[in-house]
Amino acid sequence: MIGIDVVIAEISGLTRQDLERWISKAWVRPDESAGGYAFREIDVARARLILEMRDEMEINEDALPVVLLLLDQLYDLRRQMRDLNNAFMQVVPRDVRHDLAAHLAALPR
Amino acid sequence: MADPYTTLGVPRDASQDAIRDAYRKLAKRHHPDLNPGNAKAEETFKAVSGANSILSDPEKRGKFDRGEIDASGQEQAPRGSYRDHAEGGSGRRYSRTGSESGGWSDAEFGDIFNSVFGERRQTDDARPSPGRDEHYALSTSFLDAVNGATRRLTLPDGRTLDVKIPPGTTDGQVLRLRGLGGPGRNGGPAGDALIEVHVAEHRHFHRDGQDIRLSLPVTLSEAVIGGNVEVPTPGGPVSMRVPPHADSGTELRLRGRGVPAHDGLAAGDLYAKLNVRLGAPDEALEEFLRNWKPKTPIDPRQDMREQS
Repeated sequence: MIGIDVVIAEISGLTRQDLERWISKAWVRPDESAGGYAFREIDVARARLILEMRDEMEINEDALPVVLLLLDQLYDLRRQMRDLNNAFMQVVPRDVRHDLAAHLAALPR
Repeated sequence: MADPYTTLGVPRDASQDAIRDAYRKLAKRHHPDLNPGNAKAEETFKAVSGANSILSDPEKRGKFDRGEIDASGQEQAPRGSYRDHAEGGSGRRYSRTGSESGGWSDAEFGDIFNSVFGERRQTDDARPSPGRDEHYALSTSFLDAVNGATRRLTLPDGRTLDVKIPPGTTDGQVLRLRGLGGPGRNGGPAGDALIEVHVAEHRHFHRDGQDIRLSLPVTLSEAVIGGNVEVPTPGGPVSMRVPPHADSGTELRLRGRGVPAHDGLAAGDLYAKLNVRLGAPDEALEEFLRNWKPKTPIDPRQDMREQS
């Protein structure tokens, strides 16, 4: 469990004010416990990415929700594709998988 | 490792501002968290941030320029990246569709995977569910598609469907017949029959949106002197006046004789492009041309020469 002070110390350039605002907008969603916020690794990485997008890529905070929305959907799809791949590996016989791969490889680009 | 100036694409005397701009531009395109699964973007980003870490720091940049340090060893150590978490199960924390607990929710079976997994889920389920949409293909002539027609389609199970092809149907258009697809389960509504229409080419007519184009052969005298000619249209032949002094390539319009009005679109026009046919010249024409001295000689190939 990671507290908010640790996150601010770990990410250089991040202010408490920024992070608290992002949490209030639900861009970063740490767990809340009696002792305050509890961050997981993914929350810290997400806060770092948001900071990079804002400061290095100059995506201002008005535009950030759009980027986050698309990014979250991209990762949703990638997780689904990975689930699907794993399910295929377990359930689908080898020759069917080969047929599937051949079919996909032959699709027009 | 490559020269950091080359990596960022800036000249050696670039200002710090120019270096920062170049870095930002490349970071936007190649940031690995925005390009998950793209190893090339990741490599590029590493090189770009390595180059930036030298050039963005005037002190390091000076050392590099004087040859006191080289470009190697400047690649940033890989650090915990967002994509590593987001791709794994813990990424569900920021999912826009599913639950955090794992397993596919209904939303995740949604539009894309529904056709693959819809079947199994239906049989598992005692709730009323709609029947499947069934897909068929139907070929039709050009004129039936333009004017509209009714065609009988025999399904694999022996049922027949009378399919009304509406006027103005285009190639690849899908007609939806509600309730004529697969039967619903547990009292659910039947699915739809989706019929993809393939429109055959016509020997003479070519469709261009609501307009129809056609190459219309005319005789030499019809072109020079003019006269009434009969023009085929999708609605049947009509008479059209060819004006005197027409030529091959002259395009004449028959207003409202293209694709009939449908779905709120006005009727299109028919464009007939004249195409002068000489046939087999007889002696009289040959004789005439031998003695003919045009008042204003033309060079029909002038354009071609100018272009070459």
